[in-house]
Amino acid sequence: MKTPEEIFEYLKNEFGEDALTFEKGDIGDPWILVKAATIKNVSKFLRDDPGMRFNMLMCLSGLHYPKEEEVGVVYNLHSTELHQTINLKVRVPVDGPAVPSVEAIWKTADWHEREAYDMVGVIFDGHPNHKRILLPDDWEGHPLRKDYVQQEFYRGVTTRS
Amino acid sequence: MTEYASNIHPMAAILIHAAIPLTIILVYALVAIWGERKIAGFIQDRLGPMRVGGWHGWAQSIADLLKLIQKEDIIPTNASRFLFKFAPFMMFAASYAAFAVIPFSSAYIGSMINIGVFYLLAITSILTLSVIMAGWASNNKWSLLGGMRSAAQMVSYEVPTIATVLTVVLVAGSLNLMTVTEMQAGNDTLGFLPNWLIFQNPFLIVAFIIFFISILAESHRVPFDLPESESELVGGYQTEYSGMRWAMFMLAEYADMLLLSLLGATLFFGGWNSPFGDFMSGPVWGFFWFMLKGLLLVFVMMWIRWTLPRYRVDQLMHICWNILIPLSFINLVLTALWEVIF
Amino acid sequence: MIEVISKETGNKEMVINMGPQHPSTHGVLRLELVLDGEIITKVRPNIGYLHRCFEKYAEQMDDYAKVIPYTDRMDYVSAINQEHGYVIALERMLELEVPERVEYIRVIMAELQRIASHLLGIGAFGLDLGAFSPFLYLFTEREKILDIFERVTGARLLYNYFAVAGLMRDVHPKFKADTAEFVRTFRPKIKELNDLLSYNKIFIQRTANIGVLPEKVAFNYAASGPVLRGSGVKWDLRKNDPYSIYDRFEFDIPVGTGEVGTLGDCWDRYIVRVKEMEQSLRIIEQALDGMPDEGDVMEAIPKRIRPKEGEIYVRTETPRGELGYYIVSDKSASPFRVKARAPSFVHLSVLPAISKGSLIADMVAIVGSIDIVLGEVDR
Repeated sequence: MKTPEEIFEYLKNEFGEDALTFEKGDIGDPWILVKAATIKNVSKFLRDDPGMRFNMLMCLSGLHYPKEEEVGVVYNLHSTELHQTINLKVRVPVDGPAVPSVEAIWKTADWHEREAYDMVGVIFDGHPNHKRILLPDDWEGHPLRKDYVQQEFYRGVTTRS
Repeated sequence: MTEYASNIHPMAAILIHAAIPLTIILVYALVAIWGERKIAGFIQDRLGPMRVGGWHGWAQSIADLLKLIQKEDIIPTNASRFLFKFAPFMMFAASYAAFAVIPFSSAYIGSMINIGVFYLLAITSILTLSVIMAGWASNNKWSLLGGMRSAAQMVSYEVPTIATVLTVVLVAGSLNLMTVTEMQAGNDTLGFLPNWLIFQNPFLIVAFIIFFISILAESHRVPFDLPESESELVGGYQTEYSGMRWAMFMLAEYADMLLLSLLGATLFFGGWNSPFGDFMSGPVWGFFWFMLKGLLLVFVMMWIRWTLPRYRVDQLMHICWNILIPLSFINLVLTALWEVIF
Repeated sequence: MIEVISKETGNKEMVINMGPQHPSTHGVLRLELVLDGEIITKVRPNIGYLHRCFEKYAEQMDDYAKVIPYTDRMDYVSAINQEHGYVIALERMLELEVPERVEYIRVIMAELQRIASHLLGIGAFGLDLGAFSPFLYLFTEREKILDIFERVTGARLLYNYFAVAGLMRDVHPKFKADTAEFVRTFRPKIKELNDLLSYNKIFIQRTANIGVLPEKVAFNYAASGPVLRGSGVKWDLRKNDPYSIYDRFEFDIPVGTGEVGTLGDCWDRYIVRVKEMEQSLRIIEQALDGMPDEGDVMEAIPKRIRPKEGEIYVRTETPRGELGYYIVSDKSASPFRVKARAPSFVHLSVLPAISKGSLIADMVAIVGSIDIVLGEVDR
């Protein structure tokens, strides 16, 4: 079992300092900010390395940061073998929100990524079935963006009550 | 009955002969639907219908019938209209027609033909046709799957049914159900048992068990209710039906249950013969005993329905082709040997 | 069997919609099944029919505590467990101490809710396979639990009972006696259930070797709860990542053993739930013994909830599996982001992987055995 700090050091040796930053809020869990381009390699390493063994992607969430004009993706990982936990975060600008998909590494990311696309509008490169999941395919906008305005009509039916 | 019939107009005689089984079926259906709900209620630790009519909700089926009559008759746009409308009536007609050869009492049988059992088995196979018809005509994939399953199931289970009926015919030596019943009169088996065929030879007990399982499948009852299994196929071939057409299916299903149970009672349990020899016998008591035996079998079918889960379609076929059919034919041969030896 | 030439693909296959109005999809789920005869060659689950914008609502609330009633509505058959996860997340963010009595009442309520939820799950599973009567037997027992809940919270389905570091109101004086009575009467019913359904030959034939989920696939799909345990993995957050006061109780983690078929089949997932109910009874008994009789359950509730900046992922074991709340705070009164990681959502995504090559009837068994609640899938 490793603490998040140790995991960060371990990762830094592998991927270099440029790609990763260790961050922490005033409260709660720390996270490792990963450059979008390397997230797939980092994920693969985290899953397969004998010291990491993160076999479970517990949760994947999309976020919108209106001030920085960025969208983010958070990966909460857990290793049932070594019983350690780490959070990864990726932030990309809102105009070109492309993040490599980790669907090939953890199958569970399939639906979570579709949901993040649906709700926040993150584009996952390499996702095999990149479609909306909860909302209809022809819905406009991504509701969990902070600047989201609900469309007036959907297929001629008003969306206001 | 037959002696009165010669004095009146032949057409009137036919109508009377037709009306008697119909009345029996309709009254039975009303009672059986209410009874099934009560039985289900008691098996499931609840009361079942309690409101309509006062005493234990006895008028529940009548209320249901009135409701069904008032319902809109919906026909899907793309359905094959003629077949869609025709299927429920054909289904009911098939099971109703089969009642013609059932000896309800020593004094009444609809038609005294020499090939009664053969006629009955032949006419009930029309049921399969009407189920496929309903499934196909609905233009609904679930209905189609239900119809196809049903066809496969009924055709398969007819084989063990026929084989077991043949076993009985072998012992009784007649295809006429009246004759089969008459030869079961008396109380001398082992000194005290009635002379019913099921007590005549051990292989007939096996035959009865196979026969009972087969009629469960033939009349689409749990654990073999795959054609209409509501949790898989929504409603099977009945999915698109509503109102009176749907009620016809229900009526036909209940009539089919009664028909096959009465056939079982005739073949194995002495038909209208009293279990106490001459005591409480005669045409009226005969009718009472016959219906009692039939309804007891119907009750067992209901009991099974509310107790067991349902088989899967391939398991159902496995039971039929790999177990019941070989067993029933072996049983047939052994019965023949028994008859030769004793 | 039937050969239908598909208009779209020209193949001899049939596309059939199972749902959204289908008796066995446990709500409004639509499965597009591609059939070859009755054999399923492909499954495409379509969800979203019950989407009620939980996450958006949570962001719009001007108070963290106002989100609690919405959590109830995600998995409406185990509402207490949903609240439990959310209040624990907030307590960890605010670093609050929870009074002893509150913790004990919470555990008792959560375990009762777990039993109630499993009763519904098992009953509905039986119903899917055509066993009607066990369903009503189990519902009689569930009613008793709901009666206890009604006396405590005033509601039967959506309770809004847990508050941050407290409870909305104290339990009534007869709560202990009521619960002990339920535990006493419920135990023999589990044996009855095993006689009636679990070891019924037809039931075993319908569920054994169906929908086999191997351990490796289960991890890859991040399955949890009874679905993961059914594949033989001893993994229960109450033991492996203890929250609340679960580390004080003695209980076992039942896992699937492949007793009647392959490890990880529908029957294994089913029996894990049955055995879990026994373990929940054990926890309730211990909690009833340890529960302090005195103590104000409302004194520690904070007047104002303003967590500092930061984010947290908290997971708890609900009857369906790992329920995670990912909450981001930006120092304002309303949460910046609340994401609920619902176990049913994840388990439903496993469906295409484990149902290929089975029959329609098996599909019903598989959907029933993973015990999804659509309110949670769509949130």
